[in-house]
Amino acid sequence: MSQDTVISAKNLSLTFQTNDGPVNALKDVSLDINRGEFVSFIGPSGCGKTTFLRVMADLEKPTAGKVTVNGVSPEEARKNRAYGYVFQAAGLYPWRTIGGNIRLPLEIMGYDKAAQAERVKQVLELVELAGFEKKYPWQLSGGMQQRASIARALAFDADILLMDEPFGALDEIVRDHLNEQLLALWKKTNKTIGFVTHSIPEAVFLSTKIVVMSPRPGRISDVIDSPLPAERPLDIRDTKEFIELSHRVREGLRAGHEAE
Amino acid sequence: MRRNIGPILVVVLAIIAIWYAGSFAMNRAWTMDQAARAGTEPSFSEVFRDTMNQDRAVLPAPHQVAAELYDGIIDKKVTSKRSLVYHGYITFQATMAGFALGIVGGVALAVIIVLSRAMDLTLMPWAIISQTIPVVALAPMIVVLSNALGADSLMVPKAIIAGYLSFFPVLVSMVAGLRSPDAMQLDLLRTYGATKGQVFWKLRLPASMPYFFASLKIAVAASLVGAIVGELPTGAIAGLGARMLIGSQFGEPMIMWSALFAAALLAALLIWVVTWVERLAGRLMGVQA
Repeated sequence: MSQDTVISAKNLSLTFQTNDGPVNALKDVSLDINRGEFVSFIGPSGCGKTTFLRVMADLEKPTAGKVTVNGVSPEEARKNRAYGYVFQAAGLYPWRTIGGNIRLPLEIMGYDKAAQAERVKQVLELVELAGFEKKYPWQLSGGMQQRASIARALAFDADILLMDEPFGALDEIVRDHLNEQLLALWKKTNKTIGFVTHSIPEAVFLSTKIVVMSPRPGRISDVIDSPLPAERPLDIRDTKEFIELSHRVREGLRAGHEAE
Repeated sequence: MRRNIGPILVVVLAIIAIWYAGSFAMNRAWTMDQAARAGTEPSFSEVFRDTMNQDRAVLPAPHQVAAELYDGIIDKKVTSKRSLVYHGYITFQATMAGFALGIVGGVALAVIIVLSRAMDLTLMPWAIISQTIPVVALAPMIVVLSNALGADSLMVPKAIIAGYLSFFPVLVSMVAGLRSPDAMQLDLLRTYGATKGQVFWKLRLPASMPYFFASLKIAVAASLVGAIVGELPTGAIAGLGARMLIGSQFGEPMIMWSALFAAALLAALLIWVVTWVERLAGRLMGVQA
């Protein structure tokens, strides 16, 4: 754990008690995430990738092991508003305008009116939704709604962004576009991003570090530091490096699958 | 809205036709009786005409009720003791007071139940039991009690009875509405470090509004029923319920039927107003037009 470590997990385990007996959602997971990294978690359902992200966000409590976020416990980090969280569904409040939805965290955190207005304007530009402030969610497409929900997570000064399959429900073309935008946004804001996905191309395209996970019990089977350059146009996906990296991720996923 | 008028009209016409047939069938016995006593042999058209215009018909014909209704609402001065507007207004007042009581009571109980698990377990069964007691049995007791406590008019007990009926739909809907936010929306606020109060004001309460307005339509109708029932067994002399009772006790079916229809008109009016308020609130809350 270096000085640059933002999130650190040591021998993390989480067992859910269900009616069918205990389920090992996570077992002995250790990982360090450094400042400014874009880390993807990829794996089949049940591998604990979402659970891992939720533990970092203090939405689940681990049953064993230790996690720190910004050097403190996830609970403290949450109360310090250390991270923004983007869920699978945009989850915008239908009774609030887009601007009103982005204001929600700011209202709760006690920003004054002028600061709220300025930040709303700023993040809407960041996600290319300027001019949509007064629209209601139902007036926006699914992709635009998800962008608004990202803007909502960016509105306050958290330097960590945790994203749980944010583009999972969107079609391929929209997803490509949002991936490009997300990379640009990450470069502009210097945030540390944790990104859960089940798409290999998405993980390879976005990440500086790919964490491959496998199920029953949920564990990390491979951690790959991406050799791809920081500058990534969409057609990087046709390069040899990209294809090789995808191959390695796929092998990692398969190995985890066969080990069952 | 316009599209619905055709089918509605067909149903209304069918009801009126059945009603006329019923009037003829039920009033015929009296006509034949009279004819037999007079020793005459009336033709079919004479019988039919007579059944349509009896003063104390078993089932007055629609046009008779319509005429009486018109007379009671438009022709009579509103200060007259025979004006349906006068009686309707008295019932309306009790309905509104009970409706307000029901809203306040229902919302307050729902909030308590949602915020406290203990209250959920202890209060909810009583709220349900309260609705199984026949209001007609309860009404005289409420009158006696509120008299003993110093209420000198019937308005207070009537409002209590109306509120007693109308709080329940509000309570049930508000509990469902306040619990309607899903786990993800609650998690989102948790990531912001929101307090319990913020979760309530920013999420639970606004999320419950569609449930609230849906329940108002039921509650206002229940409140009107409560106000009328409150006028029946309590010796009231004013109000639509009192008119219905007087009509039936003194063998004046026209009074009874016109009061009944006046109550129906009042109910339609109240529900129309509630629907309009609901739409207005919906527009303010960004509901898809």
